[in-house]
Amino acid sequence: MAAAEGIEVKLIGAWPSPFVLRARIALNLKGVEYEFLQEKFGEKSELLLRANPVYKKIPVLLHHGKPICESMIIVEYVDEAWPAAGRAILPADPYERALHRFWASYIDDKLNPSGAALSKTQTEEAKVEAAGQVIAGLKLLEEAFGRLSKGKGFFGGDDIGYVDIALGCFLGWLKVMEKTSGVKFIDEEKMPLLAGWAERFCAHEAVKAVMPEPERLEAFARKRAASAKAPPANQNTF
Amino acid sequence: MAVEVKVFRSWGNPFSYRVELALRLKGVAYEHIEEDLSNKSTLLLDYNPVHKKVPVLLHHGKPIAESLLILEYIEETWQENPILPKDPRERAVARFWCRFLDDKCLVALWMSCWTEGETQQNFMEQAKECLHLLEEELKGKKFFGGDSIGMVDIAASSIAHWLGVLEEVAGISLLDEEKYPNLCKWTEEFLKSDAVMECLPKRANLLALFQTRKQAISSVK
Repeated sequence: MAAAEGIEVKLIGAWPSPFVLRARIALNLKGVEYEFLQEKFGEKSELLLRANPVYKKIPVLLHHGKPICESMIIVEYVDEAWPAAGRAILPADPYERALHRFWASYIDDKLNPSGAALSKTQTEEAKVEAAGQVIAGLKLLEEAFGRLSKGKGFFGGDDIGYVDIALGCFLGWLKVMEKTSGVKFIDEEKMPLLAGWAERFCAHEAVKAVMPEPERLEAFARKRAASAKAPPANQNTF
Repeated sequence: MAVEVKVFRSWGNPFSYRVELALRLKGVAYEHIEEDLSNKSTLLLDYNPVHKKVPVLLHHGKPIAESLLILEYIEETWQENPILPKDPRERAVARFWCRFLDDKCLVALWMSCWTEGETQQNFMEQAKECLHLLEEELKGKKFFGGDSIGMVDIAASSIAHWLGVLEEVAGISLLDEEKYPNLCKWTEEFLKSDAVMECLPKRANLLALFQTRKQAISSVK
C-alpha cells in the first residue's frame, strides 16, 4: 500500500466520467488509497468550485488539501508524486515520453472531439461522416500501438501506461456509441491490435473495479436525455 | 560537426518561437529550417504526418511535434537552466497554466483580433477573464516560473510580444496597464532577457505580416 500515515488523497469526480476514470486508474496502478467524493449530478459542490475555479470541472485530485486539475495532468502528477510505487506510468526515456504524450494529446485534441461531434449529429449523412472521422482517428492509434507497445500487450508495454489510460477510459462510452449508432468502431478484423488491447485493458486489476459497465452508462445517458430533453450525455458534459 | 538539433519553424509563428527560446535558455545549439506554411516541405509532412504543422524538433534525426511537448522534451534532455520546478505539485500547476494558455487564453486573444461585432465582443470578454486569471497567478512573482523564466513564461511569450501587434492591427485594447499591472510588469521583465530578444521577430516586421493578412481577409469580403 503506497498511502502512508498522514497522506491524505481525495478525488472529486463522478462515476460516469471517463476523465475521472483516468485519475482512478492511475491511483489504482500506484496502489494509492483515496477517498472518492462523488459530485451530485446537475449541481457543482462548493468544494469543486473552490478547488477548480478556472474550469469548475471534474476530476480534481486533492493531495494534502491542495488541488491538481485536468485529468492527464493528474495522471502525470500521480506518476511523479509516487515514483517508487507500482510501475512507472510514463516511460523513462525522454523521446519515448514525448511519443506517449503526443498520442495522449491527440486523443484529447482530435479523437475525443470527433466522438463528441458524432454524438451530436442529427442526420444519417452527418452521422456517417462523423463516424468515419472517429474510425480514422482510431486507425492512427492502431498504428501507434504497434510502435509504442513494442510487441507487448499495452501502449505502455508490459503494463498499462499513459496512453492506455488516455484512451482506455473511453471504452465504456465507445460501446454505448456502437449500440446507439450501429457503427462498429474497434472492428477485430480492421483493428486487431486495438481489439485485443481493449479486452486486456478492461480486464486489468486497476481498471475493472472502477470502469462502469456499458449498460449502466447507457441507462445513465437515457436518464440524462429524458430529464434534459437533449441529446444523450457525452464525455464532454462534465 | 553536424548539428544534432534542428527546428522546423515558420518566421513569426509564436509556437515555433517557444521552442527556439527554450533551446537558447538552455544554451543548446540548433539549426532552424524555415517553412513556408502555404507550401509545406515534404520533410515537414514526413516528420509530422498527423498534424502537418510547425514547430517540429528533430534530435538525432527523431522528430517531436507539438510545442508544449517539445518543451517537456527539451527540459528532460538538457538539464541546464531548468524550466520546470522539481516539486511534483508545482510541476502540475505549471502544466495546468500551459494548457490553459493553449486551450483557452491564446485562442480568445487571437480570435478577439480577427473577428468583428458581437463575436468579437464575446471573445474579448473571454480574453479579459483569461488575462485576469493570469494576472492573479503572477501575484508576488517576477515570472510565472518564479525568479527565472519557466515553461509557463515561454508558453505565454505571445502575450509579451505578439499581442501588442495584434491589438494594433485590430484597433482594440486588451492588455490594459491599469487592469493588469502584474502582466505588464511581467512583459517588461520578460523582454529584458537576452535569450528572449535573440530570436524574437522584429515588431515592425510582425506588424507588416499581420496587416497584410488583415487586408487579405478584408478584401475577400
